[in-house]
Amino acid sequence: MDFELDQDQEMLAKTVADFAKNESPVERFRKLRDDDIGWDPGVWRKMGELGWLGVPFAESVGGFGGSFVECALVLENLATTLVPEPYLASVVLGGSTLARAGNAAQHDAYLTPMIEGETTLALAYSEAQSRYDVSSVETKATPDGSGGYKLSGEKVWVLNGHHADHLVVSASAPGGVTLFVVPRKADGVAVTVAKTIDGQKAAFIKLDGVRVSNEARLGDEGSGAAVLDRTMDYAAAAAVAEGVGIATVMLHMTVEYLGTREQFGVKIGSFQALQHRAVDMYAETELLRSISMASTVRADEDDPSVRGGDISAAKYQLATGGIWVAQQSLQLHGGIGVTDEHDIGLYFKRMYALNALFGDQEHHVARFASDSSFAEAPA
Amino acid sequence: MDLTFTEEEEAFRREVRAWIQDAMPEDMRARAEGAGGFTPEDTANWHRILYKKGWVAPHWPKEVGGTGWDAARRFIFNEEMELSGAPQLSVFGLSMVGPLIISFGTDAQKKRFLPKILSAEEFWCQGYSEPGSGSDLASLRTTAEDAGDHLIVNGQKTWTSYAQYSDWIFCLVRTDPSAKKQAGITFLLIDLKSPGIEVKPMLTLGHTPAFCDTFFDNVKVPKENVVGGINQGWTMAKALLGHERTMLAMIGPSRNVLQKVKRMAATKTVNGRPMLEDPVWRAKIARLEMRFRAHLMVSYRALADQQKGKLPGPESSILKLVGTKLIQELTELAMEVMGESSLTWHNEGVCPPIEESIGPYFCYERAATIYGGSNEIQRNVIAKMILQLPSS
Repeated sequence: MDFELDQDQEMLAKTVADFAKNESPVERFRKLRDDDIGWDPGVWRKMGELGWLGVPFAESVGGFGGSFVECALVLENLATTLVPEPYLASVVLGGSTLARAGNAAQHDAYLTPMIEGETTLALAYSEAQSRYDVSSVETKATPDGSGGYKLSGEKVWVLNGHHADHLVVSASAPGGVTLFVVPRKADGVAVTVAKTIDGQKAAFIKLDGVRVSNEARLGDEGSGAAVLDRTMDYAAAAAVAEGVGIATVMLHMTVEYLGTREQFGVKIGSFQALQHRAVDMYAETELLRSISMASTVRADEDDPSVRGGDISAAKYQLATGGIWVAQQSLQLHGGIGVTDEHDIGLYFKRMYALNALFGDQEHHVARFASDSSFAEAPA
Repeated sequence: MDLTFTEEEEAFRREVRAWIQDAMPEDMRARAEGAGGFTPEDTANWHRILYKKGWVAPHWPKEVGGTGWDAARRFIFNEEMELSGAPQLSVFGLSMVGPLIISFGTDAQKKRFLPKILSAEEFWCQGYSEPGSGSDLASLRTTAEDAGDHLIVNGQKTWTSYAQYSDWIFCLVRTDPSAKKQAGITFLLIDLKSPGIEVKPMLTLGHTPAFCDTFFDNVKVPKENVVGGINQGWTMAKALLGHERTMLAMIGPSRNVLQKVKRMAATKTVNGRPMLEDPVWRAKIARLEMRFRAHLMVSYRALADQQKGKLPGPESSILKLVGTKLIQELTELAMEVMGESSLTWHNEGVCPPIEESIGPYFCYERAATIYGGSNEIQRNVIAKMILQLPSS
């Protein structure tokens, strides 16, 4: 049993943390909130040059052949200053799905340019009725008789869907849920930008008879739901890793505030009621960090029964402990925490966004409890 | 990062599990699930069985009777012991005064006391708290006056759990009433058979005999029974607290109760089907099991540090805080699963033995957030030492 990072991993974490601190402080995110894209393609390219966008992917597609551990390190450290580039949307959601479901030609065409920082991806899987069930897909893929398909339907809350070069879209084909790559600018794709609570952007995407060739299909008909299940675990673990970064910063900012803010002639951090709250925040943050280590390591497991328990437990801790840390850090900042001027609220909103994505608390409780091993094995 | 135990460690786990199965006497196993729990005689018997095997003090250095296992094997051993439902050995000798004597005792003290702790010839209890000194332990008033080659002890100690079954008590006593309160305290080993000692047992909320008051009336204690030097008691007390930290994470007991919860929920019914098949009850259980997993990972992190010979990181300070709360929530869930049967109180044969064991245990574990430094005191310490918040 070993929780330590190897030297390369340590180095990666430090490089990303330094970048976040020095080159992308929170003010940068603030400015980009009002930008049409919301992030900077130049910075994305730089991330590609630094190799960050390829850490979990095989060397054969231009990646670094790492594991999810590296991916989690990037996410956790980018989160410390709310770096807005679409790492989660493009690498974790679009990228890992393409890597798993696509063939070599598709990897060359869509994954490699993303890894190099030339393009970004988005995963259009969610629909108005689907909630967290990736197999609930009403978007239709109708065979056009010559090997291709016509896609029609509506996708919601597509992260980075407003600017991604390529969308990975789930649709119901005659053989079941199937994944396709669709250029965002293809005929029949209508994108509506939707601002999100955390100052980022997503898209509602309407597909109206979008023509795709057979080469745009990722894997066989009917193979999509299993791939998406896997992606959702990956993404849940990613959200938790990011949540660790968020919670750590919120705890740190709060402890610092308690040590400087004075009322009644003393530092408010000397009040026992507030000290105890801060200690409980610390406990929840460490529980989140610890179970995140487990979900990070498990994210690459093929067996869903081995993988799922820790990932659901981690997402559950984000939904309970992580959210609680966010709430309390705002509370302990007092009125200033509820202004847009103070950074604490930006982290607060990002934690809620992470909570809402890739399965909420009830979803993961139910998933954990429905595993076949739940009845027999204790823990 | 690698979060699995090695194949050798897993093999060791199987060996320990098989041995426990084999070594635990039938009648003891039956009582493990019975209403009355274990008798002090059970605990002593189990201690002697482990002593014969050489496994009674895995955490002691090998040269004084330890097993020489690394941190992972000790952790696995503890997990298996707790999971098996075997009697928990008395911690006062093996995990408290024993390690303290090993670290700070004289050679004569080591020779005199350690072998008899191992062999169960002598049992120990703790004399720290007093009626007026709980969380503010340093305010203690039991005195030990210098009388040449010995000290004369007067006063009252409370929560001297299991004193009625013990041979010795380790005490914090005031040797210098004029010094600043922490500075005038001495750590003293006292033979409970000494004239002038009276032990008054008191039932716990679980109706089990554990608690005691112990009174000292001009008790003569030889000076050679001082550990760490006169007026060095507070340093001894703090060193001893370090030993307690990981012990109170309650990993094994939590797993054990979780197992009982599932076993009961598999047989008891709601709306005509087993509770374990009911989504509401499954979710209730799942929530605590997921919480347990997060807590387990914190303790694994502390373990991994120990494996590398490092001191556990600051996160280990939350183990007592989280673990004791969790065991209370789990025992409470066990009570809920029982429904009306949670009314049962030390009956024989009214409810299945597993159910008869829950109520008293639930009641007793309300102490978990109080003993070993109440959770509120733990928070004070973490706020100051780890978060470095300003003092009032």
